[in-house]
Amino acid sequence: MSGLVDENTKVIVQGITGHQGKFHSGEMVKFGTKVVGGTSPGKKGQSVNGIPIFETVADTMSVKPNATMISVAAPYVRDAAFEAIDAGIKLIYILTEHVPFHDTMEILYEAKRKDIVMLGPNGPGITRPGYAKIGIMPNHIFKKGDVAVASRSGTLTYEIVGSLTNAGFGESTVIGLGGDPVVGLTYIDVLKLFQEDKDTKNIVLVGEIGGNNEELAAAYIKKNITKKVVAYITGRSAPPGKRMGHAGAIVEHGTGTAESKIKAFNESGVSVAEYPVDIPKLLR
Amino acid sequence: MNLYEYLGKDIFRQNGIPVPDGYLVEKPEDVRKYIKPVVVKSQILLGGRGKSGGIKFARSDDELKNGVRELLGSEIRGLKVTKLLVEDMIDIKKEMYVSISLNRTERKPMLMATTEGGVEIESLPHEKIFLRLIDPLMGYSDYIGREASSFMNLSPEISSQFRSIVSNLYKIFVKYDCELAEINPLVVTGSGSLIAADAKVVIDSDSLFRHKEFNVVDPEKTKLELEAQSKGYSFVEMDGHIGVIANGAGLTMATLDALTLHKGKPRNFLDLGGTDSVDIVVTAFDLVLKANPKAILVNIFGGVTKCDTVANGIVEAKKKFNIKQHIVVRLSGIHEVEGRQILKDNGIDAFSDMMSAIETVVKLGSGSQ
Repeated sequence: MSGLVDENTKVIVQGITGHQGKFHSGEMVKFGTKVVGGTSPGKKGQSVNGIPIFETVADTMSVKPNATMISVAAPYVRDAAFEAIDAGIKLIYILTEHVPFHDTMEILYEAKRKDIVMLGPNGPGITRPGYAKIGIMPNHIFKKGDVAVASRSGTLTYEIVGSLTNAGFGESTVIGLGGDPVVGLTYIDVLKLFQEDKDTKNIVLVGEIGGNNEELAAAYIKKNITKKVVAYITGRSAPPGKRMGHAGAIVEHGTGTAESKIKAFNESGVSVAEYPVDIPKLLR
Repeated sequence: MNLYEYLGKDIFRQNGIPVPDGYLVEKPEDVRKYIKPVVVKSQILLGGRGKSGGIKFARSDDELKNGVRELLGSEIRGLKVTKLLVEDMIDIKKEMYVSISLNRTERKPMLMATTEGGVEIESLPHEKIFLRLIDPLMGYSDYIGREASSFMNLSPEISSQFRSIVSNLYKIFVKYDCELAEINPLVVTGSGSLIAADAKVVIDSDSLFRHKEFNVVDPEKTKLELEAQSKGYSFVEMDGHIGVIANGAGLTMATLDALTLHKGKPRNFLDLGGTDSVDIVVTAFDLVLKANPKAILVNIFGGVTKCDTVANGIVEAKKKFNIKQHIVVRLSGIHEVEGRQILKDNGIDAFSDMMSAIETVVKLGSGSQ
């Protein structure tokens, strides 16, 4: 699939000696991902899970990475992302939660100017069974197949992927877009990729309250997507004005409701599951 | 985080946006001697304060004292008034509106301005509003203010003041990590000056680590929500009776939705996050128990969070807090078999699928305790 991860993806982990970086770089390697290096200030020359540690992203260029997973604390994400952009990394996935959205906007528009793909923040990563995984999704839930999934959340995605795999389906690509109000890729961006992707026959969109990206996706699907699309929307019981865990999951001034998103999908011919476990039934 | 008007106006004053002179009243003794007409404004985070009786006008010392006495400690649409802003009355010739906000769809800051201010912006027809996205890397520049002035047909005198205000408002939007910086109304006085009669500033809560100047607790959070926040949990109180602990914001929301579709009423949202610690589970129970639920549902999809760790946490919490309510648990994912066995050995029912757990807790939670 063009633009995102494949067998040529060579990823570095910024913040590889942190709790998350240490554990998940190992899991990524087990999944078959080429993790070529990591950064952690003051630890150059050491290694984690057999992966060499460098002082800076510029130094990692000696092992020719083309993607990075950023797993540093929120106050340092802007610096880490700019460092990756400046070094010439072509794909940036930010896992970190609680990044100020002003920082995300700066990273996003700087990346756009340089044709760099940026995903997240506050997402679980991208997984392409049989090829590579960037992020923290649990390895055991996946099976190679033809269903592509895009979601704004983490665990809920695993729940749905798990139910797909248990029902005999498999996944072509699973993308966590991130739970923040400002994220790098939107549903429309990934729908384009899914439509072009030869491995993908079915598409699952997992949405939630807040913003109107699901509504825009619904309109886009009606016009441009010929593959089967089904959806699940969460947050229908959320009280208005309250942030439901994700910074982006909030109903404000009556906009961003689950009802509006479900209605938009239904009007575009996209079936919406009442419960996460119903997704496989809708694909049959 | 939504800031009170007086804090928003402090920011405006420090950053070159004209605001009326005023002072804060938290107790009756704070009221100063009456010199000239003033407005007494309740500091609550609600739109339409005036219509709800939260604003009093005072043209004498008696009216000032009475206004303060009436408002301080009163309740407006369920919110207690503990702070008042006493401000010089301004001579209003016209009311405008201006704001900078995050446009989530375009993922850019957006300037909105209209000469028809003083009302909710959502109530105005679109063609009356100047809307302009701003490139976050280029920022605001004067030509954008000139575009707005031209759209609104502002006179040169008003336009020059307006552009200075918008420029400063954009600086505030960036400097204080705002979601929204809004002036409504932006008043044109009888003498032709622009002055911000109200201030609505919403700060991105995720940016508070670099804004120590906002040493205030979020006034829109309940006591229990603040306690949970200080302990690192995402927690929202709701008005039902089934306590909920789940992992991940999306799965927790989906759990609340499934409960609601089964006619169960959730008492709370609690996201356990990705954890492998028994203590985090025990503290989560402590928080949920403080909300007095009739039954508790735990819904875990294990990955980073191991099911056996969660099971051990549940057993420990049950002993530690002597929990009498029914606890219904769903464990799926890493170490789920071990986790369910631990619970079974301790007399707690555990399911592997979410729907069975939902049905069970709704049945148990609606019965008399």
